[in-house]
Amino acid sequence: MATYLEFIQQNEERDGVRFSWNVWPSSRLEATRMVVPLACLLTPLKERPDLPPVQYEPVLCSRPTCKAVLNPLCQVDYRAKLWACNFCFQRNQFPPAYGGISEVNQPAELMPQFSTIEYMVQRGAQSPLIFLYVVDTCLEEDDLQALKESLQMSLSLLPPDALVGLITFGRMVQVHELSCEGISKSYVFRGTKDLTAKQIQDMLGLTKPATPMQQARPAQPQEHPSVSSRFLQPVHKIDMNLTDLLGELQRDPWPVTQGKRPLRSTGVALSIAVGLLEGTFPNTGARIMLFTGGPPTQGPGMVVGDELKIPIRSWHDIEKDNARFMKKATKHYEMLANRTAANGHCIDIYACALDQTGLLEMKCCANLTGGYMVMGDSFNTSLFKQTFQRIFTKDFNGDFRMAFGATLDVKTSRELKIAGAIGPCVSLNVKGPCVSENELGVGGTSQWKICGLDPTSTLGIYFEVVNQHNAPIPQGGRGAIQFVTRYQHSSTQRRIRVTTIARNWADAQTQLRHIEAAFDQEAAAVLMARLGVFRAESEEGPDVLRWLDRQLIRLCQKFGQYNKEDPASFRLSDSFSLYPQFMFHLRRSPFLQVFNNSPDESSYYRHHFARQDLTQSLIMIQPILYSYSFHGPPEPVLLDSSSILADRILLMDTFFQIVIYLGETIAQWRKAGYQDMPEYENFKHLLQAPLDDAQEILQARFPMPRYINTEHGGSQARFLLSKVNPSQTHNNHYAWGQETGAPILTDDVSLQVFMDHLKKLAVSSAC
Amino acid sequence: MSQQGYVATPPYSQPQPGIGLSPPHYGHYGDPSHTASPTGMMKPAGPLGPTATGAILPPGPPPPGPHQFGQNGAHATGHPPQRFSGPPPVNNVASSYAPYQPSAQSSYPTPMSTSSVTQLGSQLSAMQINSYGSGMAPPSQGPPGPQSATSFQTPPRPPQPSILQPGSQVLPPPPTKLNGPGASPLPPPMYRPDGLAGPPPPNAQYQLPPLPGQTLGAGYPPQQEANSGPQMAGTQLSYPGGFPGGPAQMAGPPQPQKKLDLDSIPSPIQVIENDRASRGGQVYATNTRGQIPPLVTTDCIIQDQGNASPRFIRCTTYCFPCTSDMAKQAQIPLAAVIKPFATIPSNETPLYLVNHGESGPVRCNRCKAYMCPFMQFIEGGRRYQCGFCNCVNDVPPFYFQHLDHIGRRLDHYEKPELSLGSYEYVATLDYCRKNKPPNPPAFIFMIDVSYSNIKNGLVKLICEELKTVLEKLPKEEQEEMSAIRVGFITYNKVLHFFNVKSNLAQPQMMVVTDVGEVFVPLLDGFLVNYQESQSVIHNLLDQIPDMFADSNENETVFAPVIQAGMEALKAADCPGKLFIFHSSLPTAEAPGKLKNRDDKKLVNTDKEKMHLDSQQFLNDLRNDIEKKIGFDAIMRVRTSTGFRATDFFGGILMNNTTDVEMAAIDCDKAVTVEFKHDDKLSEDSGALIQCAVLYTTISGQRRLRIHNLGLNCSSQLADLYKSCETDALINFFAKSAFKAVLHQPLKVIREILVNQTAHMLACYRKNCASPSAASQLILPDSMKVLPVYMNCLLKNCVLLSRPEISTDERAFQRQLVMTMGVADSQLFFYPQLLPIHTLDVKSTTLPAAVRCSESRLSEGGIFLLANGLHMFLWLGVSSPPELIQGIFNVPSFAHINTDTTLLPEVGNPYSQQLRMIMGIIQQKRPYSMKLTLVKQREQPEMVFRQFLVEDKGLYGGSSYVDFLCCVHKEICQLLN
Repeated sequence: MATYLEFIQQNEERDGVRFSWNVWPSSRLEATRMVVPLACLLTPLKERPDLPPVQYEPVLCSRPTCKAVLNPLCQVDYRAKLWACNFCFQRNQFPPAYGGISEVNQPAELMPQFSTIEYMVQRGAQSPLIFLYVVDTCLEEDDLQALKESLQMSLSLLPPDALVGLITFGRMVQVHELSCEGISKSYVFRGTKDLTAKQIQDMLGLTKPATPMQQARPAQPQEHPSVSSRFLQPVHKIDMNLTDLLGELQRDPWPVTQGKRPLRSTGVALSIAVGLLEGTFPNTGARIMLFTGGPPTQGPGMVVGDELKIPIRSWHDIEKDNARFMKKATKHYEMLANRTAANGHCIDIYACALDQTGLLEMKCCANLTGGYMVMGDSFNTSLFKQTFQRIFTKDFNGDFRMAFGATLDVKTSRELKIAGAIGPCVSLNVKGPCVSENELGVGGTSQWKICGLDPTSTLGIYFEVVNQHNAPIPQGGRGAIQFVTRYQHSSTQRRIRVTTIARNWADAQTQLRHIEAAFDQEAAAVLMARLGVFRAESEEGPDVLRWLDRQLIRLCQKFGQYNKEDPASFRLSDSFSLYPQFMFHLRRSPFLQVFNNSPDESSYYRHHFARQDLTQSLIMIQPILYSYSFHGPPEPVLLDSSSILADRILLMDTFFQIVIYLGETIAQWRKAGYQDMPEYENFKHLLQAPLDDAQEILQARFPMPRYINTEHGGSQARFLLSKVNPSQTHNNHYAWGQETGAPILTDDVSLQVFMDHLKKLAVSSAC
Repeated sequence: MSQQGYVATPPYSQPQPGIGLSPPHYGHYGDPSHTASPTGMMKPAGPLGPTATGAILPPGPPPPGPHQFGQNGAHATGHPPQRFSGPPPVNNVASSYAPYQPSAQSSYPTPMSTSSVTQLGSQLSAMQINSYGSGMAPPSQGPPGPQSATSFQTPPRPPQPSILQPGSQVLPPPPTKLNGPGASPLPPPMYRPDGLAGPPPPNAQYQLPPLPGQTLGAGYPPQQEANSGPQMAGTQLSYPGGFPGGPAQMAGPPQPQKKLDLDSIPSPIQVIENDRASRGGQVYATNTRGQIPPLVTTDCIIQDQGNASPRFIRCTTYCFPCTSDMAKQAQIPLAAVIKPFATIPSNETPLYLVNHGESGPVRCNRCKAYMCPFMQFIEGGRRYQCGFCNCVNDVPPFYFQHLDHIGRRLDHYEKPELSLGSYEYVATLDYCRKNKPPNPPAFIFMIDVSYSNIKNGLVKLICEELKTVLEKLPKEEQEEMSAIRVGFITYNKVLHFFNVKSNLAQPQMMVVTDVGEVFVPLLDGFLVNYQESQSVIHNLLDQIPDMFADSNENETVFAPVIQAGMEALKAADCPGKLFIFHSSLPTAEAPGKLKNRDDKKLVNTDKEKMHLDSQQFLNDLRNDIEKKIGFDAIMRVRTSTGFRATDFFGGILMNNTTDVEMAAIDCDKAVTVEFKHDDKLSEDSGALIQCAVLYTTISGQRRLRIHNLGLNCSSQLADLYKSCETDALINFFAKSAFKAVLHQPLKVIREILVNQTAHMLACYRKNCASPSAASQLILPDSMKVLPVYMNCLLKNCVLLSRPEISTDERAFQRQLVMTMGVADSQLFFYPQLLPIHTLDVKSTTLPAAVRCSESRLSEGGIFLLANGLHMFLWLGVSSPPELIQGIFNVPSFAHINTDTTLLPEVGNPYSQQLRMIMGIIQQKRPYSMKLTLVKQREQPEMVFRQFLVEDKGLYGGSSYVDFLCCVHKEICQLLN
């Protein structure tokens, strides 16, 4: 099966696509019996340094309902200069420019290696990128100072011709005019009053007066020179001015009395930011970057009142339906998120505070628009500073790794329909023949909008096989899917990336082994996890777990080899062997377990889980554990309590945290200072090795993970202990006192117990 | 009774005979002397102008203008000056009279005989006049009696007619009435002149001179006939102005009569001058309860000896009727005009400040009145009885003091609250809002920066001026810098707040566009100490005009501006004052949006320019910023048992029936309080009033200002009438009428005023005056000038609705009057008219004022008129060249440029003197008056004429004479 692994890897590298099944069951009925749906993880803008965009536009199928892009799978009649669409079988003339086409003179899009190709669109006015900073001023002095410095620094990282704007908020919301000389000027809005986009634009003077001045005076001859320029200015023109303005930024001047939270008008501030861009730059790449240091405490979108004695909602409150403001606030932010998405803008949320900041309510702003969500303790931490800086990193071409206003258009061959997508996108509600009535994730459409995306943004896309059992597909038939992503590149160019893939059909009754062998358990785990997390947003946690369990059991029943009622006989093939373990860890993950997490944290974790690519997602589900010792080179070890040994150093990567854990002995040695003794230089190297590796991960990861350096008995060791499989606990005595690992004080079931139950259920004829 | 001065017209007399005579008697005061010879009186021609005294001061009433003398001419020559109070002789008169009258006719003959035939003639004519009078009051010709006086002459003198005629024309309305009725009765004489009854009178007048009576002032001529002389008993106050004749005259005979009459009817000028002469320059000690203070126009030194200075409280009467029945009968409003922060001249003692420390002021346990001279200490000083509610209270230990042999505390003279009418207490925290000491107040300057204001330079002017004015923010004497904080807002369709925190290099502008729901965008940095933020503020004021130089926004909002100011003060939790520099109709879409109501034609006309008089504006601004002011004030007026304050008028807010709230009150603002009985008052204990104002000083100190005043009570109506103060009455009437304007038709309000005037006078006539012919108009001496003042009030634009008068102007004047004190309302309704050409450059005294009537002007004169808002310099066409040269430094009348609002500073005594006079007049007034130069017979003269309040109004409103007739008629009706 190594070939399948290679195949999968190649496909991922070339097309940014991982399918749960790489051989497709040829009938609807069989497909549903496969338990794991036919689905894929698509990374639309996967970095392809080897793939320069072509300087022309794609050739489209002329059938209005199809409009698929010419691709290597199309049949071409070189003599007649015709090509047949592989989705709808429409025969199309090549455009005149393709007059010289022949077997030996093929355009790139017909070559098999260009199953993924990028086109550059020449037409259409290019408009500069827009960065609108929305800054909370209800911060502690040093936090504000750090934030101001980060913002000032960011000015030097922005594309020079990008437009930048500044909104600050506290009790009031101020929209700063950037063009004025001398006296600094801002428009102030009440933080408690929601305004429509029209009102905001009126109040900011962005709408041209309906009646052109009175007759009494000569009409002003000159046009309003782009009215919006007062609030959005090219960075290169006003960076000095803005630097000063940021420097003079004061903490919110309204007094906060004892026992109160500062009044923070996040809801209105965002609303104004959205309204400002809505009127002036619709459908232009724009980031609204919200920096907030606490929960919204007044006005629309308030999450908690200003009385400190009433804490912000917890999961407990939510379960008890005790979160007063949650529904209203969520509605407010959803409305904003949808408007923003409709305009093609995205919203980033940078929330740094020790307590919750209302990410639960605001999450949709980032989730629906493809914005970033960053959560930290303080703006004065490297976590925030470096994460923020990393947003402006550039790729091998020197382009910013961000793209805007993308639409993803999915086309399928007729045996397939599209069930939905899960990822940082919104539906564009484009119905069509290839849209399924059964929804998985955001469905009912064949197109989605992704307002902000980067090379790692990944969507899960779910399909339904609709071919009827009695309508066999001819031998050697292939199903095809085409992904067309139109987007605004960070260079402001419009581009179109087209990926066309095909997979073989197989009859599940006769060729189940083929299908089984082509199962991508990693992709399947992530895709199932996305479905689970997606459900968890709207359903009760236990229900989701039960659903996951049932799916797992059914999968095992389908693909396991066993004798009925004999758990010991249960076996899974290699291509499925890791899957139950992924599910075990997924069940324990913060994406599905809210215990010990605040609602904000859950929202934060889920946000990232729903947008990262397969590798990162897997790390999130099942963290990676490396072991460093004198016994050999660093090696990955089981995520199990048995891996926690006294003479080892462990490095765990959970995506959100990097934990370095010194075993008991190592910790004692370090305390004794052996690392400083020349004769124990090797110990010094041993201590250093995980640090270097961690550094490497830190450098590449976005957002910056929390970096935890701890040791046996350290309070922070809990980060490790909560993740490992509790194979040894205070309950199973045999492990006590042995040098084989560390017991975990938990009642959670261990993987072993989990598997035992799974086998029992799988072989039972009861289900 | 004798005291009353009144005018009696021989009612019945109409029939002609003697009656005619009666008219003149006004002042029947009871001059005893006169009583002796009733008939004799005639000679004196009692008509006497003004009071008896007046007679003595013949000069008082200046000879009427040239015109008049036409008629008087003769007389004048004879007895120029005499305004005869002379008549006093008549005094006892009233009573005596009455009887006579009936017989009058008969009696007359005799007198006449004594006099000359002419007289007879005159009398006859008088009769006719009466008839005219009757004309006016058709039903009873009698009343018009007065007129009769005037009318007499007609027959005799042919020449006069001519004079008359003009007059007649002038007074069209009255004549009509007159003629009708009058004519019929006395066809012969009347007609002569012309259709108008008018003619006759002149003649009569003329004749007078010859008469013995002539002594009367020229003016009086009419009266002479009446010889009211006899009648005028009016000893007491008698005021000269006997107008008996007055009314009558007005009625019928047009101008000529008027002119004549003017001198005969009560003259405000005379009243003022008399009071000045008798009480001016003296020390007025407030040690007696119910004492009537000098008139507001009289300068004197006031010494607080237990009652509040009249500068603080002035009452409509200083003697309250004992019962409510009496009060209802008289219908004299019982009211006090309280100006709690009135400016005290430097030669009087400022208020003492009493500080009882933590224990706070001593107050009656029951009614909460503050310790004051009305508290009676008993039981050796251990307890005291409240003068207001009679509750017996224990003296707090810290306050104990022994009593002396007359039951007075030994420290009586050491404690202001025991011996003075007015003083202040330091208030304790209990008197502060939320029990916290108040924050120092704030001034917020809000500038309209719409297109036109920028273009016409007003914004620049304001900004420049503010830089200077802010240096003079009011402060407590002992403080180095003012505690008042300042803030700045500019606005057009939106509002711009400014952060002028001292540590900023540049001010910051914060724009609030949500005018539908205005709020304050910043707290810290908006209200600042001027001294600390001076450089930022100057920076801002320098930039404002430029900042909006390119703005083409010409719409403004207004209500949101006020709201913003209010919110700002609220947010800062401090009292304060908003200075809004607004100069356009707020037409932008916002709460309080207005539609253009008035004529647009004014825009861009000269009139508009007139409104933008920067000097006047700047003076007002400076004055306004610098003046003493108290904030967050609550006033409470407590009274002794038997009556209470029921209604309040002024710039006030009342959330309940007793607490008068004022966000701010300055030294020029007065509150008028009306009292009603709720029980009987006793003559012994009198009626006591305590006005307490709790307020915050400019430095943020909480204080109580207490004013106490004791009034008399009487069960005699006469006492009540004796103690009235006409200036205060007018103040009350004006405010109550102007308040009613909001919910009653103007016509009804005017009728009420006229009716009440008539009622008050009729009641007097019925109950206090000595019996006399019903047709006589008899006025109490204290109300002699009530009719003329009332007529001025009725003619005020607030009570007239004419399209020519802008809504804003009416609203402005209404607002203004509502807060006026007595002195201001007196001048406002009856302007001061000074003949400048009579200036004695060697003297520093003001020239004697003349009455506000066109007839007092002369071609060869220059007159200065001031009413507290406007100042006019009227230049007769034949003004003396040396005066013109002196004042304007131009060679002739024709060279004078009337566009200026400032007199050139010429080093000439005339110029210096005139400017000094203007300065003196201005100095006492809260608003700076804009000077307008008016040349005789040029168009702008029309504006000026509006202020000649004794004449017929430009926009309607009768002349003094007509009004007097009208009132007389009403009285007669009431009496019947």
